Amino acid sequence: MTKLSAFLAGLIFGLGLLLAGMANPAKVLAFLDVAGAWDPSLALVMVGAIAVAVIPMNWARKHKQSLLAAPMQLPVSRELDVRLIGGSVVFGIGWGIAGICSGPAVAILFTGHWQILIFVVAMLAGMYVFSSLEGRRTS
Amino acid sequence: MSIDWINFTPWASLGGGALIGLSVSVFVLANGRVAGISGLLGSVMRFGSEGWGEKALFLLGLVIAPLLWGLFSVLPQIEITAQWPALVMAGLLVGLGTRYGSGCTSGHGVCGISRLSPRSLVATVCFMTAGFATVYLIRHVLGV
Repeated sequence: MTKLSAFLAGLIFGLGLLLAGMANPAKVLAFLDVAGAWDPSLALVMVGAIAVAVIPMNWARKHKQSLLAAPMQLPVSRELDVRLIGGSVVFGIGWGIAGICSGPAVAILFTGHWQILIFVVAMLAGMYVFSSLEGRRTS
Repeated sequence: MSIDWINFTPWASLGGGALIGLSVSVFVLANGRVAGISGLLGSVMRFGSEGWGEKALFLLGLVIAPLLWGLFSVLPQIEITAQWPALVMAGLLVGLGTRYGSGCTSGHGVCGISRLSPRSLVATVCFMTAGFATVYLIRHVLGV
């Protein structure tokens, strides 16, 4: 059951990205370009998503198990450190360069746009660099 | 600031956002997990790690979504304007940054803010500001 719910959740996520226009990097860049012809649409994606998710997320915070009896695994760290801020700034710069973040990158992987393959390979390489550096740090 | 009313899609974006909210709600209510795409990708790269199957299936659903959409309707426009050197740079920064910052638009921006996490609020302000600044620099200072 948890396998099915995971698959359906991924499917709904992808359909949401497509409907919202967030799977279109040109539209993402138009949202990030406040000084140009600004397209504010994507601010509403966040509004819509948070409005729906706020009650379930806070239900989850108060429970130890999911409805399918899986353990509730929410992030516990509360520290505002250099890694969080620096990492997010680096991510934002990358997002601003091409208008692509992780979700849309996966969602448009097989829509016939070769450029996304370059982006995804580079993104996975970046993640791999992170885990190798982390592995060295902790061992 | 001038708003591009022609390309403004308030209802589709609000509706798409609601679907994303539904997706993260299903994932947390049923699977007890946060639907942060960069986190899921990071885990799935470690083959056989905890919850590997569920996380891989979420990503599979995400990959299949446009194919399902395409069965019933024409896919919405997808336009990638960046050239390959920019795509390589952008991909590397997104990969590194999301792992160091423990999240991206979905994990921090949607899931984190929904559960009122101060860390996610700070992260979201940081990546949004960096995104705005980068596009400003590229389009209006460098003029690319």
